[in-house]
This record gives sequence, structure tokens and C-alpha cells, in this order.
Amino acid sequence: MTVQNQEEINRLKNLVQDLLDESKKQGSTSAEAGLSVDNGLSVTARLGEVETIEHHCDQGLSITVYIGKKKGSASTNDFSSNSIKETVKAACSIASFSSEDEFAGLPDQERLATEFPDLDRNHPWNLDVDTAIDLTVECEDAARSYHADINNSEGASIDSHQGIRVLGNTLGFLQGYQATRHSMGCSVLGERDGNMQRDYWYSISRKAEKLESAKDIGMMAAERTIKRLGARSLTTRQSPVLYSAEVASGLIGSLIGAISGGSLYRKSSFLLDALDTQILPGFIRIHEQPHLKMALGSSVYDSEGVSTIARDIVSEGVLQGYVLASYSARKLGMQSTGNAGGVHNLTVDSGDNDFAAMLKQLDTGLLVTELMGQGVNRVTGDYSRGASGFWVENGQIQYPVEEITIAGNLKDMYKNIVSVGNDVDYRGNIRTGSILIEQMAIAGE
Amino acid sequence: MDTLNQVKQSILTPYGMQEKDIDKIMDSMLSVPVDNADIYFQSSHFESWSLEGGIVKEGSHSIEQGAGVRVVSGDKTGFAYSDRIELSVLLEAANNVKAIARQGQNTQNKLETIPKWNRYYESVNPLKSLADQEKIDLLRKIDIETRKLDSRIEEVMVSLVGVHEKILVANQDGSLVADIRPLTRMSVSVILEENGKREQGSMGGGARTEYSYFLDQDKALEYGKEAVRQAIVNLDAVDAPAGNMTVVLGPGWPGILLHEAIGHGLEGDFNRKGTSAFSNKVGERVASDLCTVVDDGTLEGRRGSLNIDDEGTPTEKTVLIEKGILKGYMQDKLNARLMGVKSTGNGRRESYAHLPMPRMTNTYMLPGSHNPVEIIKSVKKGLYAKNFGGGQVDITSGKFVFSASEAYLIEDGKITCPVKGATLIGNGPEVLTKVSMVGDDLELDAGVGTCGKEGQSVPVGVGQPTIKIDGLTVGGTNV
Repeated sequence: MTVQNQEEINRLKNLVQDLLDESKKQGSTSAEAGLSVDNGLSVTARLGEVETIEHHCDQGLSITVYIGKKKGSASTNDFSSNSIKETVKAACSIASFSSEDEFAGLPDQERLATEFPDLDRNHPWNLDVDTAIDLTVECEDAARSYHADINNSEGASIDSHQGIRVLGNTLGFLQGYQATRHSMGCSVLGERDGNMQRDYWYSISRKAEKLESAKDIGMMAAERTIKRLGARSLTTRQSPVLYSAEVASGLIGSLIGAISGGSLYRKSSFLLDALDTQILPGFIRIHEQPHLKMALGSSVYDSEGVSTIARDIVSEGVLQGYVLASYSARKLGMQSTGNAGGVHNLTVDSGDNDFAAMLKQLDTGLLVTELMGQGVNRVTGDYSRGASGFWVENGQIQYPVEEITIAGNLKDMYKNIVSVGNDVDYRGNIRTGSILIEQMAIAGE
Repeated sequence: MDTLNQVKQSILTPYGMQEKDIDKIMDSMLSVPVDNADIYFQSSHFESWSLEGGIVKEGSHSIEQGAGVRVVSGDKTGFAYSDRIELSVLLEAANNVKAIARQGQNTQNKLETIPKWNRYYESVNPLKSLADQEKIDLLRKIDIETRKLDSRIEEVMVSLVGVHEKILVANQDGSLVADIRPLTRMSVSVILEENGKREQGSMGGGARTEYSYFLDQDKALEYGKEAVRQAIVNLDAVDAPAGNMTVVLGPGWPGILLHEAIGHGLEGDFNRKGTSAFSNKVGERVASDLCTVVDDGTLEGRRGSLNIDDEGTPTEKTVLIEKGILKGYMQDKLNARLMGVKSTGNGRRESYAHLPMPRMTNTYMLPGSHNPVEIIKSVKKGLYAKNFGGGQVDITSGKFVFSASEAYLIEDGKITCPVKGATLIGNGPEVLTKVSMVGDDLELDAGVGTCGKEGQSVPVGVGQPTIKIDGLTVGGTNV
């Protein structure tokens, strides 16, 4: 159980209630309001000395009003009572001009969260500037002294943030919580035979004690940079491709985009009408775990106040459900899945393969560790992105590669997944290990 | 009323702040030895309206204001900001950031006076330039007219965005400068379906002016036509080729090549730190002698243009590459001072809550002498890329990508069939050395570009004439 500043949360809840009351007074039939306050410290050190010290202090409030089935939104960072009146007025004015939309409105009352378990998200770090400087210097030192070829740095940094979020609507929902987020990262450059490379590493957690050590982060950043030195292009070819865990999450992110309500009702998805069909190989399960303690993507309710649910999105490769908020659900004649604002700790179940076993299974092919550019057509699934990584033969890394592209169509790529590793990257909201794809087109020199 | 008084009245007066209060904050920051100190006040009004499914289903409005205080000592920066423009709050912020001075060494730089500057856009408020009902009527008209263009249209999405921003910069030399910056943007996206196959097309534009810009010569309707045209082309697209080949880039928005391949690599901070593939290359050849590239913040009404940058320095037309030779970098105050040069007016920040850094404005290549038809004719086999999505660069390795959204094969000097979108990848310091023809058809983009760097977004522009590159890797699937 973590301590929450209940007094401050209550003060902000009252502000949200004021917003809701004001919107009724100004003629809205229903409304939803949100508010956030964040405080933080960021410190960067470069070449052994502090480079920047930034004190963060952000706040904002937003209101969405409905006049019947007409909608308007407004936001501000000024919390004065006059500003609240003006913001509500702006939202109501917009609603008066927008069109009737039969699907618009607050979530269904019975879907709103009614139980609020503590998800252990609040772990303030009493970090003073001097300690932060010491840690960043230590982190960067570890990177710079790792290898003689490390010859320059973009620095090491620490960010520590604590914030309060409050959400309320005129159906009587009014909740607030406090949460923290801390991270430490480092980026260094290396040079060999005129070839200059850069890479980075970072660690992120809700609790400072859970961060990787400054030294480990620095050493990892340096190791990654050193491994890239001497990178060359490849000739154009077809080959199996292994996405390392940190880039594999993007592959799953594109899938989530394609089964999200907004893409579906606009028919701008390459996975239309895919419910209950096989979109991935039979061994793959993808599920949401919204209530994991201390996790970065955990939430009891979504950004509309709808209960989040632990559920399978893909089971045995078959799509079990879409990713919907209230509006998109109504457009599709379905129910909200508690995903207004996105998914929560989306997890791809992994097999028994560690990273070495995944390399072995790749045998001869491309290991991708970084992707560049957008290059994904969400309507057709056509995929073409810049890549760098390593050429692998007989399960052994041979040499670093760069200035190549990898291309395919996401529909085929998903079906041609060979295996998922257990080398899971827990730093983001999508948790997956490395992903091996049977074949893709590689363009190079 | 002049701009300065107008801005003071709308940012300071409502919060009971006066010019002497700015002096108090500045005095506090200058009580320690510093090279640079500034206070940046900003007030920004933003609105957006969007249409889909034939109805204007939502709009939003936002007001943000705040102030950031910064102290620079040597190469070290202390920064704090607040959304409360109040003397006591900003004095506390000033007190917090002063701590950086004990960490740094002051180089006792002499102060520069700010020269007079020109204006490249009017102090207008786009949000008030049309009545709300007129904005909605405009969106509806585009929807109706665009749907008439093709029976295969499934969906039309239109959005209209306006920003009215006021900034006030106080510098340690006692100068106080202000700017009022209008910004508008409109975009139209369509989805077409034919025999179960779907494709999208989108087009937009914008400028630092009023919404009437979109009514002039039915510009907004042209966006709709162009979006439909692109979607139709892509319905027939075949697999794109894979591998290294001759690439001809069309005029205008394909200038994103310059932004990614060389622009970021020529920003002062990366070069001061020696982390760019272009570090220490001033005076060296980095492009063929057909290439002259500038960054120009002084173009009339352009999305990337600024009267003064966010440090109060007037913007310039900065020559980056002249006839293939690297001439210089884009600078803000901090990096210019540390590199012993002058700021080029490229110190930009997303908002008061972000630190300024060297950023591009409008980056483009000057026209050459070739007729674009002649350029296509000269290619036996290659790719003609006309439209692009976004791009990205690794400034250290120099590798960059940009993704074509409309491209065609060139066969025997003729543009033949359209190919699916593909990412192009190259090496920044190398790619312009392979430019073998430059067209006489310089175009600037339509005004939709947004550049992201270290988490900060700012509006930018790009442009170029048709150019031919003898060898760039095309990331298609047709191996």
C-alpha cells in the first residue's frame, strides 16, 4: 500500500467537480472533466559534468461537454475560477456548433469502475539535484570508461516525476490517484576507422529502487555502441528477420492500431472484420493485464472511467476482441473494452526460447535492433522501414549492419511469426520478447 | 498599438505583472556570474475542428500560458518554468536555476544588441478570422465537393487547426522583444475502396496567416482533389522495387530529404559536441556543385518562418551548403557562443516549458538549370518519388530515411506504373554528392511539416526543385 496525498487529491477532485457543475450551469446535458498536475526534476551530465538542470511543474485541465448529442472540448493550464468558466464556455460554444452525432456521449453507467484497488503506482523519490548529478556522472563515467573506442557522449540523464490525475463525469464518477515515474538513461558515441556510431540504454520504473544501477545502464549503452562499430550494408535479398524485444513491441503496436475502434469504424485498417479469425500462428496469445502492481501501464479504469479488464485479445492466434472506447464501440454496435486511451500492459506470452535460442532458430538471417521512420500503411498493412542490426550465420552474430530497409505486408508478417522469445522488455506498455519472422525483403547496396 | 505593447498587455497585465517585475527576476538571475539569462513568456490559443462521416463531430479549444526562466553558464543550463505568471513564482524559479552558475565557468561574453528586424507575417488572430459557423461550413463544403469527385470514396476526413501565439523574451542585456505568431493548417484525408481493396490519400496545407488562406482560389477544395488523386494512383500500385537505384525526387515536399539527410546534422548543438556526421566539415565538399541549400526563416507567411526566434534573435536566410561546399551550421545563442560564431536565429522551443535549441525553419535547395522532363528522360531505369510521409535521421552515423507515399517506376526515360509506398534510406554526408541533375522548378511544400527533436515539436517548411540522385536504396518488396 502506498501513501497518497489524499488532501491534495481531494482539492483537485473538488476542482473537477466545479468544472462539471459549471458545465451544467452553462447548459450542457452531460460532461466529463479531467485534470493533471505533475512535478519533476531532470538532470543531464555530459563529459563528466552537469549539463542541464530542469525543474518541471505542469498542470492542465480539460472538459468535454455534450449538449444532447453534440460535443465540444476545451482545455487550459490556468486553474483560476475565471478560467474554469471561460473554458467551459468555450467547450459549450463548440458543442453548439458541432453536429448531432447519435453515437456521442458519456460511457454507459454500468461500465464505469466501481472498485478501486491500489495498484502501487506511487513511489516518490526524494531526489535532490546533487544526488542526481552524482548518479548521472557515475552512469556516464561507466559508459565512457567501458572501452577505448568510446570517444564522445550525448550524456546521461535522470528524470523523476510525480503527478496526480483526476477524472470525473456527470454520471457521478469522480476519482483521483497519484503516481510516479522515474528513469535513467545514457547515450554514448564510439569511433573506429572513421566509422562513428551512437547507441543508448535506459531503465524506467515507478520506484527508484527498481531502476537498473547507474553503472549497469552506462555499461549497457557503451556495449551497444561498441557492437555497432564497423557496420556495413547488405546486398538486397530475402531473409528471415529476428526483431529484438525492444523493436518487437512496435510490431505488436501496429497490430493493436489495426484492431482499435477508430481504425475499424473508419475502415482504415488492414484487419477489418478479423474478429474470430486466425491472424497469428496458433501458439500465440496476447492479453491485457491492467491490474499488475507497480507496472507502467496499470490502471483500474480507462480515460473515460470505464473498468479495465484482464482479457485475451488473441488466443491461439485467433482475434478474440477489439480495442474499443465507448464511442468507437457504439459505432460498431459493440461494448467498450475499457481501452479509451489505449491498452494496459499488453503481454505477448513467450515460449521457452531465450535470446540465444532465438538466434539459433534464426540460424542465418537478420537481427534487427533499431528501426527508422514510419513506413507503415495502416490501410493496406504495407510495411517498409529503415533498419540496423546484425547479420547472423549459424546462430552466431557475424557483423553489424546499417543502411538497409526491411519490407513486407503486416498481415503476412503476423502469420509468418516463427517464435517469440522469453527475453521480454518490460520498459513499455507492450511486453514482448524478441519475435522471429520467417521471411522479409531486405533492400541494401 | 505596437506588437510589444500588445503582447505585454495580454501576457503580463492580466496577472498584475509589470516590466519592473521582469527586471527583478532578471536581477536575481544576474546576481551570479552567467553567460546568458532569459525569461520567456508565452500565451497560446489553439483550436481544432474535425469532420468525418459527413458531420463536424467535434472541436476543441485550448488556452495555455506560462513563463520559463533560464540561466546559462559556460555550457551548463539551469531551467525552470511555471504556468503561473506571478512575480513570486518566477522569483522562486529564478532562484532555483541560479544553482547552475556554481557548476559552470563564466566566459564574460559581451552583450549583443538586437538589430531591427523585418516582419514576415501579420499580427493577426486566425481563430477570430472566420466565425465558427463559417469554419464549419468550410469543412462541410470540402466534404461534399470531395465526395462528388469519385464514386469509390468511402470516407472523407477534414481537419482545421488554428494557433494564435504571443511570445515575449527578456534577455540579460535588458532587451524585451515580442512576437505575435499566427498559424493555420488544414488537411483532407480520403479512403477509397474498389473490389475490396482500400487505399488512402491525404493532402493539406497551411501558413502563418488567417483562415481566408484556404478560401483563396479554392485552395481547400484542391486539397480534396489531390487526396483523391493520390488514393486512386495507389489503388493501382504494384510492389515497389528493392535495392539501390537511380531516384528522381519531385519538387516541393520531397525536400524532406534535405531536412533529414543534412538539416539535422547541421544543427549547431550536435556539431559543437562533435556528435554529428558533419562535425568539423565546414569548408569541405558534402554535395555536388549543383547543390546550394539554405535555411530561411524570412519567407513571407511560411509555416517555418519567424520574425524573431525564441531567444529574440531575428531570423535569417542562412546558407548551409553553397555549390556543394559546407558553409556553416544553424545556431542558437548557447552553441554560437561556444563555437565562437553568431546566432543565426535558429534558437527555437516548443513552448515556455521547453529549453531552446538549434532548429530548422524553412530548409530548401535553390533551383538548377534542368527541365524536369529532361531529368526523367535521362533515366533508363529508376524510381520517381513524388510524395512522402515522414522521415528520420541518426545524426551520428548519418543514416536517414524518408518514406515515399506516391512513387512510380521510370523505364527508358518515361514514368510508367505506380508502385506502393516504400522507405528510402541513405547516408547524409554522401547522398547529395550523388545529385547529378537539379531542376529549374523550385517549389516549397504546402505548409504541413512538423519536426520533432528531443521530444519537442516545432512547425517547419521544406522545398526543392526536381533532383536526380545516382543511387539511393529503395525499400520495396520486389527483390
